[in-house]
Amino acid sequence: MSQVVTSKVNVRRARRAAELRKRGVPWLMLTPAIAILGGFIIYPAANAIYLSLTSTNLLNISAQKFVGLENFRRILQRPDFWESLRNSAIWTFGNVAFQLVVGMIGALILNAKFRGRGFIRGLVLLPWATPSVLVALMWLWILDPNLGVANHMLHALGITHSPIAFLSEPNTALPTLMGIDIWQGIPFFAVMILAALQGVPGDLLEAARIDGASVWVTYWRVVLPLIMPTVLITVMLRLIWTANYFDLILVLTNGGPANASLTLPLNAYLTAYKGTDLGSGAALGVVQSVLLAVLVIIYMRRVRKSELA
Amino acid sequence: MTAVSTETRVSSPPVGRAPRRRVRIRPLYFLIAAWIVGVIGPYFWMFLTSITPSNELSVSKTTVIPEHPTFSAYDELLRQTGFLHNLANSAFVAVGVVVLTVVCALLAGTALSRYRFRGRRAVLYGILLVQLIPTILLIVPLYIELKKLGLLNNKLGLILVYTAFAMSFSTWLMKGFVDQIPVEIEEASLIDGCSKVQSFFHVILPLSRPGIAAAGTYAFIYSWNEFLFALTFTFNDKAKTVPVGLSQFVGENMIRWDFLTSGGVFAAIPILIGFMFAQRGLVAGLTSGAVKG
Repeated sequence: MSQVVTSKVNVRRARRAAELRKRGVPWLMLTPAIAILGGFIIYPAANAIYLSLTSTNLLNISAQKFVGLENFRRILQRPDFWESLRNSAIWTFGNVAFQLVVGMIGALILNAKFRGRGFIRGLVLLPWATPSVLVALMWLWILDPNLGVANHMLHALGITHSPIAFLSEPNTALPTLMGIDIWQGIPFFAVMILAALQGVPGDLLEAARIDGASVWVTYWRVVLPLIMPTVLITVMLRLIWTANYFDLILVLTNGGPANASLTLPLNAYLTAYKGTDLGSGAALGVVQSVLLAVLVIIYMRRVRKSELA
Repeated sequence: MTAVSTETRVSSPPVGRAPRRRVRIRPLYFLIAAWIVGVIGPYFWMFLTSITPSNELSVSKTTVIPEHPTFSAYDELLRQTGFLHNLANSAFVAVGVVVLTVVCALLAGTALSRYRFRGRRAVLYGILLVQLIPTILLIVPLYIELKKLGLLNNKLGLILVYTAFAMSFSTWLMKGFVDQIPVEIEEASLIDGCSKVQSFFHVILPLSRPGIAAAGTYAFIYSWNEFLFALTFTFNDKAKTVPVGLSQFVGENMIRWDFLTSGGVFAAIPILIGFMFAQRGLVAGLTSGAVKG
């Protein structure tokens, strides 16, 4: 009698253990990924918010002092903060707009039938996979005022008479940097939109053609609405990425001349590591994150509304 | 002038059937050619400069092709600078990141694809949201964290940080690939007497090889290219990577064009090879999320 009871208990226990193991397995498999994400992204992100409320110097980190919102108050009074905010807006929206338009045309080209298409689709993606430092230095060489090929060509074609110092003049520095970023970012748009174009059913295009729609009308009324979800997501990914990207600017102009190419994240970086003011640097980073979050939320709401309409 | 004449030739009325087709194709080829030149041009120019002897380089250029091409810039680069160390560091870090990322992402991706458990959606979207946190927010606290852990100017420190940043995309990529493996194959292996663990190694692992290749390539490209963390967290040739080494050839007063361009060729080669190797899988992974979603 008692034997039967114990065996029943044992069975129940074993079942429970099996259940627990079953439930535990996915978490066990997730542990390494979550540990690394937690340790090197989530924990530092929380720490950044704390740091922004302290006075911390790079050269003496342990002498940390809680100062409340003092860093934020001082940031708002700095003229270079507002300059960098304006440059960030131009940089982000300008780059994404150009990349979208040219990338769209590029995707339409890549979607056409031609020989060696697969190879060329891979080839045009190359700038996107190239180290940002390398992209910066290739263009630094091309744009060099004395030895660069760009100035030679402009001179030979009779467009300019004296060499242009593209990256060291206040009027041309930011547009030149934007041009380089656009060059590097077009392939990403082209390939994403191309993938969406390939999902457009052929018989829809056939139907439009039979109904007498021109290529132009077919594009606006049939193709564009179908690829819109991909375009909208790509634009958002790219907005976030471009707003945060400043490697190129750091290498080529360091924000200069006279803050003409200083963007908000670069300002945060220079404040922390050149000005050795880690607290204010973290505060600028928090400002950047909040502004981006607001941008993303507004964008998502707009997109949802326009998709419902 | 030449462009105009080609255009007129293109739009001239076609005779017969065959030429009509050609006329449609020609402007397209013109555009593609222009695009390729725009993409390849800077790389080609860099290579040309790297094989130009320095005395030809300093003279204002009249010819494009160097008169006496030489590989002496490469020789000097490897002998006189610490670039060889940079290359070794970059390779070490990249391999570490690829292995760590692929293992973690494969496990996490399989868990998220094959199991239904409480908190699954939260983890899925949490991983996605984590990727939206700006680098600039994390760079200061990461610096302090690495300093406390004794991992500043350390390759292991770079490996851990890079793995964290490559993890989100890689996990989603792996989940997508595991989703495509039919559950029936796994069930069949279980019926045949495999344990869950065995079926992971005998079914999921081999069948998700394209996903592993794509995630690995992504992790490799990311860590090979990364500049900002490497610049901030490393101080000497013990841990400095290729992008940091390259950026140092731009001095305050002069730029070593010979080192920059030859080092640039070194930096580009692994990307070219890796990219040609796994381009298809990477593009598929890159676009699948956006197109489906």
